[in-house]
Amino acid sequence: MAASTSASAAHRGLPRRMAVNAVMTVVLGLVTVGVVALLLWILAYVARQGLKYLGPMFLTQTPPGDPSQAGGGFANGIVGSVVIVGIATALSVPIGIAAAVHMVEYRGRLARACGFLTDVLIGLPSIVTGAFVYALWVAHFGFSGLAGAVALGLIMLPLIIRATAEVLRLVPVELREASLALGVSRARTIMAIVLPTARSGITTGVMLAVARAMGETAPLLLTALGNDLFLEANPARRMSTLSLQIFSNAITGFATAQARAWAGTLTLIVIVLVLSVGARLVGRRGIVRSAR
Amino acid sequence: MSHVPPTPDAAAARIDVVNLTARYHGRPAVADVDLAIEPRQVTALIGPSGCGKSTLLRCMNGLHLTVPGASVTGQVLLDDADIYAKDSNPVEIRHRVGMVFQRPTPFPTMSVRDNVLAGLQLGRRLGRGAPHDEIAERALTKAGLWHEVKDRLKAPGASLSGGQQQRLCIARALAVEPEVLLMDEPCAHLDPISTLTIEDLIREIKETYTVVIVTHNMQQAARVADTTAFLTMSAVGDPGRLVEVGPTERIFSSPRRQTTEDYISGKIG
Repeated sequence: MAASTSASAAHRGLPRRMAVNAVMTVVLGLVTVGVVALLLWILAYVARQGLKYLGPMFLTQTPPGDPSQAGGGFANGIVGSVVIVGIATALSVPIGIAAAVHMVEYRGRLARACGFLTDVLIGLPSIVTGAFVYALWVAHFGFSGLAGAVALGLIMLPLIIRATAEVLRLVPVELREASLALGVSRARTIMAIVLPTARSGITTGVMLAVARAMGETAPLLLTALGNDLFLEANPARRMSTLSLQIFSNAITGFATAQARAWAGTLTLIVIVLVLSVGARLVGRRGIVRSAR
Repeated sequence: MSHVPPTPDAAAARIDVVNLTARYHGRPAVADVDLAIEPRQVTALIGPSGCGKSTLLRCMNGLHLTVPGASVTGQVLLDDADIYAKDSNPVEIRHRVGMVFQRPTPFPTMSVRDNVLAGLQLGRRLGRGAPHDEIAERALTKAGLWHEVKDRLKAPGASLSGGQQQRLCIARALAVEPEVLLMDEPCAHLDPISTLTIEDLIREIKETYTVVIVTHNMQQAARVADTTAFLTMSAVGDPGRLVEVGPTERIFSSPRRQTTEDYISGKIG
């Protein structure tokens, strides 16, 4: 009796559940379309504005001395971004991966402290990182691309640690044990089995950090300072980056400078896109992908 | 399946478990085990879930201690040398005592060939001039897999079927030329045909190696094991203990303990 009652109750609820299901499917679909549309709108707008000015000249010339003048390009910013973010990546990737390996593979008190500090560092506003490097370095040795790279490296570090640790945790324990059981040492197991298996996910995490660093402006104002006048490839001196030039040109109020800023924005997006796709192709052989 | 005669370089070792208790975070999972494992024989560990038979097996190559919070007291003698002695080298022990796991675990980034050679290459036990291809072929032949994969050596290890992956893992373990092979429910995730193939394989490799197999499947123990050890625990959460050990036929036909008979006849477990 009780069973038949609950069965009919379940049956009675069925049309309502199907209706809820249909409504929710439509709602989720609309939200997805909305998010994608917003993203495409931003991209299309930047592309439309940027393409008005983007050309070979933009990629090979420096800006005119007088920002109200038309012409010139962001060659110095492109070179600066590549050099500074390149150094920042070279600094933060080995340290970040090593820290993540320690956190996941060796555990212990130090590892827990490292995990906590990573979470704190991720929440740190980037201008604070810039001020920190300014106080410790720039105040003594002056503005330089290298100081900017250190600031960006500090911003990238916790992102890389977090992403790498997440992916390492996804590598099955069974793989580690299978390797240990073959008489392979723990260090070799990590280097030859765990990290290669996680390679694709780690690459994705590093690319997210690189993309973030490419767009950072505030910490660079306090460290690399910027250099709108000529192309500087020596990181020991003050340097421009794409983000700094977009900022300095966009705030001028001259239509000519703002056109350059739009073209610079488009260039920045394209560089990040090319790097992401390239890294994905390179990292494809790994198996475990980032959860994000 | 091709028959491989015993090679003189692989000398089967004996294992003596002496008064062994293995713990996780201080709680014993298996306690007070004394067990002699004879060379060139298959010894099966049977018992209900949670009786510590896998833990006991993992104590025999020291893998138990790689788990956080794990500890062990007592001795495991590998040819009379305690593997838990202070001067014992776990890497060396695992080189001598190989292991095959419940789930096939081919290394996902490696080809079939590289999987077989993984233990030797990662352990830096192969010189530059070593005959890699011959070693791989020999191990795959021993595992009864050579004819199925000889044209797919460069394919990813994970592209094989489940049964083939498990035999690949056996080939990988054998390539290191261990003296003992531990198998932790090696057929638990395989279909009946693959299971029979692996059982044939176990009967062949015992001519060269000492084999210890954990199994849930009593028919499997009866089919492949020379000696069977039965473990159980008095209640859930209590440590598992060794109840009875003897020739497989005797254990299954006339067990001396009532709990063994109850388990074998399906009354418990």
